[in-house]
Amino acid sequence: MTETVVAELRGITVEFPGVKALDDVDLVLRRGEVHALMGENGAGKSTLIKALTGVYPIDAGTITVTGSLRHFGGTDDAQEAGIATVYQEVNLCANLTVGENVMLGHEVHGALGIDWKATHAHARDVLARLDLGIDPRSMLSSHSIAVQQLVAIGRAMVIDSTVLVLDEPTSSLDRDEVEQLFAVMRGLRDDGVSILFVSHFLDQIYEICDRVTVLRNGHLEGEYAISDLPQVELVAKMLGRELALLDSIAERSADVAVRHTGTPALQALAVGRKGMIEPVDLELYSGEVVGVAGLLGSGRTELARLLYGADRADTGQIRVNGSDARLSNPRSAASQRIAFSSEDRRKEGIVGDLTVRENLILGLQAKRGWMRPMNRIQQDKIVAEYIQALGIRPTDPETPISNLSGGNQQKVLLARWLATAPQILILDEPTRGIDVGAKAEIQKLITQLADDGMAVLFISSELEEVVRLSQRICVMRDRAKIAEVSGESVDVDDLVSLIAREGKAS
Amino acid sequence: MKRLVRNRLFWPVLALLLLIALNTASRPSFLSITVHDGALYGSLIDVLRNSAQLMLVSIGMMLVIATRGIDLSVGALLSVSGAVTLTYIAGSSDPSSIGTVLTGITIGLVVTLVLGLWNGFLVAAIGMQPIIATLVLMLAGRGIAMLITQGQITTIRSTPYQFIATGHLLGLPFALYISVAVVLVVALLVRRTALGMLIEAVGINPEASRLAGVRSRGIIWGVYAVSGLLAGGAGILYSSNIMAADANNAGLNIELDAILAVVIGGTSLMGGKFSISGTVVGVLILQTLTATITFLAIPPAVTPVFKAVVVIIVCLLQSPKARSLLTGRRQRRRSPGRPRHPVASAQASVPTSEATGETVVTR
Repeated sequence: MTETVVAELRGITVEFPGVKALDDVDLVLRRGEVHALMGENGAGKSTLIKALTGVYPIDAGTITVTGSLRHFGGTDDAQEAGIATVYQEVNLCANLTVGENVMLGHEVHGALGIDWKATHAHARDVLARLDLGIDPRSMLSSHSIAVQQLVAIGRAMVIDSTVLVLDEPTSSLDRDEVEQLFAVMRGLRDDGVSILFVSHFLDQIYEICDRVTVLRNGHLEGEYAISDLPQVELVAKMLGRELALLDSIAERSADVAVRHTGTPALQALAVGRKGMIEPVDLELYSGEVVGVAGLLGSGRTELARLLYGADRADTGQIRVNGSDARLSNPRSAASQRIAFSSEDRRKEGIVGDLTVRENLILGLQAKRGWMRPMNRIQQDKIVAEYIQALGIRPTDPETPISNLSGGNQQKVLLARWLATAPQILILDEPTRGIDVGAKAEIQKLITQLADDGMAVLFISSELEEVVRLSQRICVMRDRAKIAEVSGESVDVDDLVSLIAREGKAS
Repeated sequence: MKRLVRNRLFWPVLALLLLIALNTASRPSFLSITVHDGALYGSLIDVLRNSAQLMLVSIGMMLVIATRGIDLSVGALLSVSGAVTLTYIAGSSDPSSIGTVLTGITIGLVVTLVLGLWNGFLVAAIGMQPIIATLVLMLAGRGIAMLITQGQITTIRSTPYQFIATGHLLGLPFALYISVAVVLVVALLVRRTALGMLIEAVGINPEASRLAGVRSRGIIWGVYAVSGLLAGGAGILYSSNIMAADANNAGLNIELDAILAVVIGGTSLMGGKFSISGTVVGVLILQTLTATITFLAIPPAVTPVFKAVVVIIVCLLQSPKARSLLTGRRQRRRSPGRPRHPVASAQASVPTSEATGETVVTR
């Protein structure tokens, strides 16, 4: 294989108001390789892709494609340079035919406008190159997501791209569909296309990629040949840990769970959902914090959503205080005194235009029903109590919640749930994106709540936090629970090696 | 003064006052109110009386819009209730008895309530887009009304029925009492219970509301039912006014006027925060506008254009962006979208509240 550089990004810096999303990052793509871009949430992967595809202007650095220096003013400049992108969500028109989607903007013109016969023939050729024998005249919506994904790649290949960016293409595909996609990727690679591949699934990275560039907190961690980099080292680099002799420690501490007696507050027996998460067993006792550790996409959020009924489990059984509970929607979970704070504060947490007071009492009010309103005096009393107890700033309950900082919004959301007096509290990334002071306050609060007898399930991508707070830790990887360890006997390095342990645990 | 200008109602109320001033300037008699047989008469009284239909429809529309929906079927439902009620009264042995009239009205309202529930079923239970779901009845509703009246314009003679739209009580039009009562009942219902807040929460962020345990399906279902019921009430008023059920023309295009009134009143079509007082002012603006057209003897051919111009001016006045363009104060924004990464906010903000005394939360 020739080592021809196709695209070279040097010293890329992208600044947003108040923060450097990328700081002096390099990325080199060679002809005929699959190149992985790895990093945890917020590492700058998306920003780098958007710089490469012309979505964001760069504040410093150079982009060189096939030998000439480029300035991308927009996505069309990047496309002209031969860089095509397929985003995570399929960006196609479901109500057009496959051929129309593939050829959109590149239709073959004849004397009388568009020559549809030639257009569809061309589309068929492009699809054939991907080993996709579907009829270009069929509707896109009649095909599976995996096929649509391939059609999107076909669309990218119409313009004879030299660089193909695939942003998490496998996140909604099953095993066979992933294989099909990989076969196509290998074909394109052998044709000399350079593929930039973003995925959270370590096994997939090792299966398909030749090289990997690792980012962390907007900085370049390094570029490696995948064969020289064991999985555990890759994870350590993504999380920013120095690699020690991890494996042996992890072996020792794995599955040394704390023994409990009595009835668990929440018990999950083989709870799972097809395409989301493999069946998981989990017990949650009153007065303890159980941490969930795993990389993004490991199934930790999916687990939380199933336990709360935000998504319906299609296998397994959930027991609350020893008796079977059907958690088919959030309301039924709330009536079992389960509370869930979502990782996506903006989309699934706050109600933007409402005030702090209204956001805070929303959970309690929803539980009471609209017929039983709380009068203003009651509301103000509860709200004042929590604003004081959690140190919410500003203290004015009539401020719209969208004006608060992330940490204070999170506190309001916590208060929303605490006001409903839950016995089981599921927190998905409660400390994400908030400042250090607020983080410490929320951690302290979680410990206090457990001391007061609440059962807390605590999910965080910051492993230090998980280790510090949890009595037990459920370790997840590739949408399955792979281990359960005692919080006292492990440290962060053990978790890293557990997460990165080679081979599938299932 | 500044606080007054920033009030959401400032611009709509100003527009209303300007419209009234325009009428008065062209003919001072616009403001005059006379007393006949103990009842008040005059252009302003007429506006209040005639606005009752649009008021009912707009209040229902406002609740629907607050949940991010829209109800296009109100005009058709209005014609259905008129057709049902009048057909019942016309077929009864004693059209002038109060019992007959009350039964007729009840049947008319129940039918539109059921049709409203159907709309709600399509949107809340089936998950259809509101504009499509209500389009069904917008088209079919008039057909149903035609079926009921057998394609005829059903007319009746019934003094008690006529009283609803044209009668007076204590010197004021009876229709005004209905309109005020509906506004008050809805205001009490949504602002004295938690319903208003829950409607707004569902409209602003449906997913967050669902996860918070809000019974959003029931709420959405409910607002369409209320909208249907109120459209039915408007149909009673309309048919009482002309003492006829006209399936083709009753409430024609009233859905558009209602949407306009709600938007002029400051409720966003994106859902969320809604303003009852704003909607009331919006309805009065539209009704005054209709009166203005008659009063200034604007030729029917240019009526739509006149109406459109006024509405555009009102909407532009309300838009902060248009206002700042007018006053020449332009704000520039940085172009690329803000990053959503947690590092952004983590690094950007500085802890401020570390000194806060922590208290134990015991619940």
